[in-house]
Amino acid sequence: MRLSPDQKIFWQHGFVNLNLTIVTTWVLMLILVLGAKLITRKLKSEITTTRWQSILEMLVIGMKGQIKEVGLDKPGKYIGFIGTMFLFIAVSNLFAIVPWYEAPTSSLSTTAALAICVFIAVPFFGIAESGLMGYLKTYLQPNFIMLPFNIISELSRTLALAVRLFGNIMSGGLIISILLSIAPFFFPIVMSALGMLTGMVQAYIFAILATVYITAATQDNKQIKKNKNLKHG
Amino acid sequence: MDNTTFIAVASIVTAGLTTGIGCMMPALGEGRSVSSALNSIAQQPDASSTITRTLFVGLAMIESTAIYCFVVSMILIFANPFWNHFIAK
Repeated sequence: MRLSPDQKIFWQHGFVNLNLTIVTTWVLMLILVLGAKLITRKLKSEITTTRWQSILEMLVIGMKGQIKEVGLDKPGKYIGFIGTMFLFIAVSNLFAIVPWYEAPTSSLSTTAALAICVFIAVPFFGIAESGLMGYLKTYLQPNFIMLPFNIISELSRTLALAVRLFGNIMSGGLIISILLSIAPFFFPIVMSALGMLTGMVQAYIFAILATVYITAATQDNKQIKKNKNLKHG
Repeated sequence: MDNTTFIAVASIVTAGLTTGIGCMMPALGEGRSVSSALNSIAQQPDASSTITRTLFVGLAMIESTAIYCFVVSMILIFANPFWNHFIAK
């Protein structure tokens, strides 16, 4: 029994190998980039637009609204990162309707890479928003005793992000393959529909959690500044 | 019983226990959180979008404990590190 698509290797040279996860990821990236390119080739701002443009507009407006609701004031700055994350995870989970497809998110290496992206993006956006010293001050938030706990939580939430997405998608695939051997024809269909729902929810949650972490890194300082202004004013 | 049999018995029993208990407790927690979220939506339908979003994030947090248990039991069954160690001996 194969646990992850990492174990199906197409080409290997030294320690570099080309497995099913990487190939699927590349195909998905190609589909996403080509689709976006084709749709945005002729954008119109008239009353009647093409239906593909309407879909993309709904997606972008929805994502901007969600980011704004969590607490980031300028969603245009963050949608490039968070929206790409969401679209990639959602598309890679929804393609489960294609036969013989194995989601790249059901391998721990993909989800670990995505979680490390969030781990790097949080200090990046934090420093861009409030400077190096301002960002480092968020580690001393309530007081300096909390410094080790803040560092531990930074690491453990990255691990949790990776394992949560991996576990959910991998368990969905595993349940379907077990059910195929016990009760074929009907129950696997129901479970794969449930798996697609779980995949969408997990993509949403991954994006929302990334937004929450970025908000926590950028917002603390604003509140301190606000309090200072209130004191001075 | 030799070492490999002992490891097999221990890891299979532990995997079952891990998934069993690890599904039971998060299910209780999720039930409590969903019921209280439904209560508050019934009381304040205007705030339903905020409550639903927070509920989803919270459910994912609770659910991830069950997923950790599942991953641990999968490791025990399919990728047991002690197993390889004793077979290589």
